[in-house]
Amino acid sequence: MNLSPLNAAVLRSSLPVLFGYLPLGAAFGVLFSELGYHWLYATAMGLFIYAGAGQFLAVGLLANQAGLMEMAIATLLINSRHVFYGLSLMSRMHNRGWRKWYQIFGLTDETYSLITATPVPPGIDAGRFHLRITAINQCYWLIGCSAGAWLGSQLEFSSDGIAFVLPALFMVLTIEQYKHLRDIRPFIAALVIGLGTLVLISREHMLLIAILLSLSVLMMQYAARRHSGIQHGGRHD
Amino acid sequence: MTEFWYLSGVIAVLAAATFATRALPFLLLSRVADHPLLEHLGRFLPPIVMVLLVVYSFKNDAALSIDFVPELGCLALVAALHLLFRQALLSIIAGTATYMVLVQMGLG
Repeated sequence: MNLSPLNAAVLRSSLPVLFGYLPLGAAFGVLFSELGYHWLYATAMGLFIYAGAGQFLAVGLLANQAGLMEMAIATLLINSRHVFYGLSLMSRMHNRGWRKWYQIFGLTDETYSLITATPVPPGIDAGRFHLRITAINQCYWLIGCSAGAWLGSQLEFSSDGIAFVLPALFMVLTIEQYKHLRDIRPFIAALVIGLGTLVLISREHMLLIAILLSLSVLMMQYAARRHSGIQHGGRHD
Repeated sequence: MTEFWYLSGVIAVLAAATFATRALPFLLLSRVADHPLLEHLGRFLPPIVMVLLVVYSFKNDAALSIDFVPELGCLALVAALHLLFRQALLSIIAGTATYMVLVQMGLG
């Protein structure tokens, strides 16, 4: 094979994402096929939505027949961390026009990590390098999603219990959040709010209600902290 | 045909919501995103949402059913593996495979 230095560098750096996205995308596809819809819808989700945790969540929401508003809010919240990716990437954006918007569209956890952690090889244009990394990552994801959904609909293998990838993924992300934050209080508060909502208030709209409750607690905590900060004449952290 | 329009609507809404979170800082000025309330929410909301999503999976009793006891055990396995090795894929695959075996053996 005769690869240009640009393409060779893109393939080499994106290899870990290939090994991550093929199995994870396939798991999404198999899970999606449990819903009984055509496998091409899984491809469409990988093409237009392109979000790991977000697409897994979408399967759960579809299975629970959630309303469109609940889906939109849950998706906004699960992806809210991306706001902070974008913030830190603003100064490193080397593309303009549609290239810039495609790169923003493709800003998944893995692409963000790759772009921020990989130095641009010497003699290679940073904008083109980042754009191709974004595009090849989405190709891996599309292959994974489509293959999983197609196989799930063709093969007669028992996929009972495969829905567990979803809580498993969220458990892993929770631990990652803890390693990052090193503060157990929000985790305990969320557990109490989540279980409390599930048991006492509503099974049907648990996610939305629990998120809104958490949001109000955070806002009150923020207001209280500012208030005491003003009273003591100093800034609290 | 209703299925096509329903799923197209869902995909359009989810695509818009996902793109919105990624594009927001590029659309707003960083001055607004620097607001201490947003920093506060940005710090504590993601971990809370993750925990809530774990709890949310216990809610299902429809098509993609999750059973209580094996799920708790397998979640503990995922957590232990991830705390030990910190290999996301390993933790997810080992936990899911164990759960599938348990459920398919009728222990669920």
